[in-house]
Amino acid sequence: MRLAGRAIRLPPDIDTDMIIAGRYLRTKDRSVWAARAFEDLDPTLAGRLRGAVIAAGPNFGCGSSREQAAVALREAGVVAVVAPSFARIFYRNAINLGLPIAEAELDCEDGDPVEVDLEAGLVRAGDRPPVPIAPLSPRMRAILGAGGLVELLKGTA
Amino acid sequence: MPTLAERILGAPAGECVDRAIDVAYAHDGTGVLALQTFRTIGKPLARPGRMRLLFDHIVPANNSETATLQAELRRFAHESGVPLCDVGEGICHQVMGEGGVRPGEVVIGADSHTCTLGAFGAFATGVGATDMAAIWATGETWLRVPETTKISLSGELGGGAEAKDLALAYVSRLGMDGATYRALEFRGEGAATLSMAGRLTCSNLAIEAGAKTGLFYADRTTCEYLAGFGVEASPQTVEDADYADEHDIDLGAVEPLVAVPHRVDSARPVDRVAGTAIDQVFVGTCTNGRLEDLERFAAAIKGRRVRVRTVVIPASRRVLAGAIRSGALEAIVEAGCTVGPPGCGPCLGMHLGVLGEGEVCLSTANRNFRNRMGVGGEVYLASVGTAAASSLAGEIAPPEGAA
Repeated sequence: MRLAGRAIRLPPDIDTDMIIAGRYLRTKDRSVWAARAFEDLDPTLAGRLRGAVIAAGPNFGCGSSREQAAVALREAGVVAVVAPSFARIFYRNAINLGLPIAEAELDCEDGDPVEVDLEAGLVRAGDRPPVPIAPLSPRMRAILGAGGLVELLKGTA
Repeated sequence: MPTLAERILGAPAGECVDRAIDVAYAHDGTGVLALQTFRTIGKPLARPGRMRLLFDHIVPANNSETATLQAELRRFAHESGVPLCDVGEGICHQVMGEGGVRPGEVVIGADSHTCTLGAFGAFATGVGATDMAAIWATGETWLRVPETTKISLSGELGGGAEAKDLALAYVSRLGMDGATYRALEFRGEGAATLSMAGRLTCSNLAIEAGAKTGLFYADRTTCEYLAGFGVEASPQTVEDADYADEHDIDLGAVEPLVAVPHRVDSARPVDRVAGTAIDQVFVGTCTNGRLEDLERFAAAIKGRRVRVRTVVIPASRRVLAGAIRSGALEAIVEAGCTVGPPGCGPCLGMHLGVLGEGEVCLSTANRNFRNRMGVGGEVYLASVGTAAASSLAGEIAPPEGAA
């Protein structure tokens, strides 16, 4: 899976309340989550997520288990999330939903073109040398490869 | 020798295992999305008897949209045979901890604070809605066996410090991601001195350091507590094991702490923030809404009058009933506090005590993230004793017994 997008840098310890605030959770309308993503961090950010690679600091997605956080990013058109580390529930949620995520120490600036190559295990920003992505377990590769856990389960009748 | 996590999951750290679930539960917040996903999978419910639905996040419903979502989930429970703890029964982790979980079990909850139940020596961890939907469809899940951070406890709490202060202390020592992908194991002679309520408080904050679960070995205290609910259990043998990381905490040296906005790992001695103006005190949640907590709070304020808006919310119906019987509730109400129905209350910023712009709350909960309890509000996290002293003072104040 090779993906490309423009970098949006985010600080460390972005919690899931920050990705999608609790006040927007009580709906089944997924477009609400996409439209309100990161509202408390930067209200203009949601409008710039389509085609973006989020390049975050460590511990992205900490806090609440709310899967709406990963859904919001996928629905908003985020191409991939790259961070040195992820909180584990968010990490699982992202893989289960087929939202590509990569554990890597990516050095980049806002707006840099970023290429994420999950097969080769490399991510590269602009002209900088590529950096390695921590390998996904075979289980996670299978889920991500199927397009998510629902698709994987539907395939096993 | 294996860690407790390795022993329960039956494989060494780093391996992935498929495990049948002993108990799996979701609440009104995560259940809606889980149900939607479960219906997309299109398979029958695998083991309805092992599943639970509990309404706690917005109870009773705050508007017709929430009510409609809850009604759909309620209908699903009735049609599918999944036992439902409806509005008023209490917070999922508390209700499950009232005899619903045994040592050695694998417990999965669609909520990050499922780690609370690790206090029973069960591998209890939180997942998202899709994982829960998959568990409904298959009765099992896969887990990567975590490495373990050992936290050796010695001595005994004193000087006004509570298990909550211990929890804030270890989260601050490890940092918000200090235990990511790991289990925590609380052990040592100090662990034995903690009550079941104190252990649950301690395990509850494991996720705030990124951990999958916070484990205590089941001992006599655990078994006696469970026997009170008619549940038979045996102590777990404590053995040496290989740990990824080790920390020692002398409970006697733990002092009353406050985590300041907007990080849980920002704990500092309460003296350093004493005098901070507050608009509200909140006592409750899966962290500190148990009977022991309400009784401690009541004892501290009995016969006096709170000087700041104070919201007290029992963690379950059983806690509420206990607080009525013991007289704690009377003391709380007569002191001028507002009592809410069992549930999560304002912790997640939805109802029953949401903060206004610029308002400050001293809360016994587990998260003080920006805007968590209301846009523009600030949250300080502390123990029940500190909450009581702060309610009486109308500003952040050290608990009774503090040096």
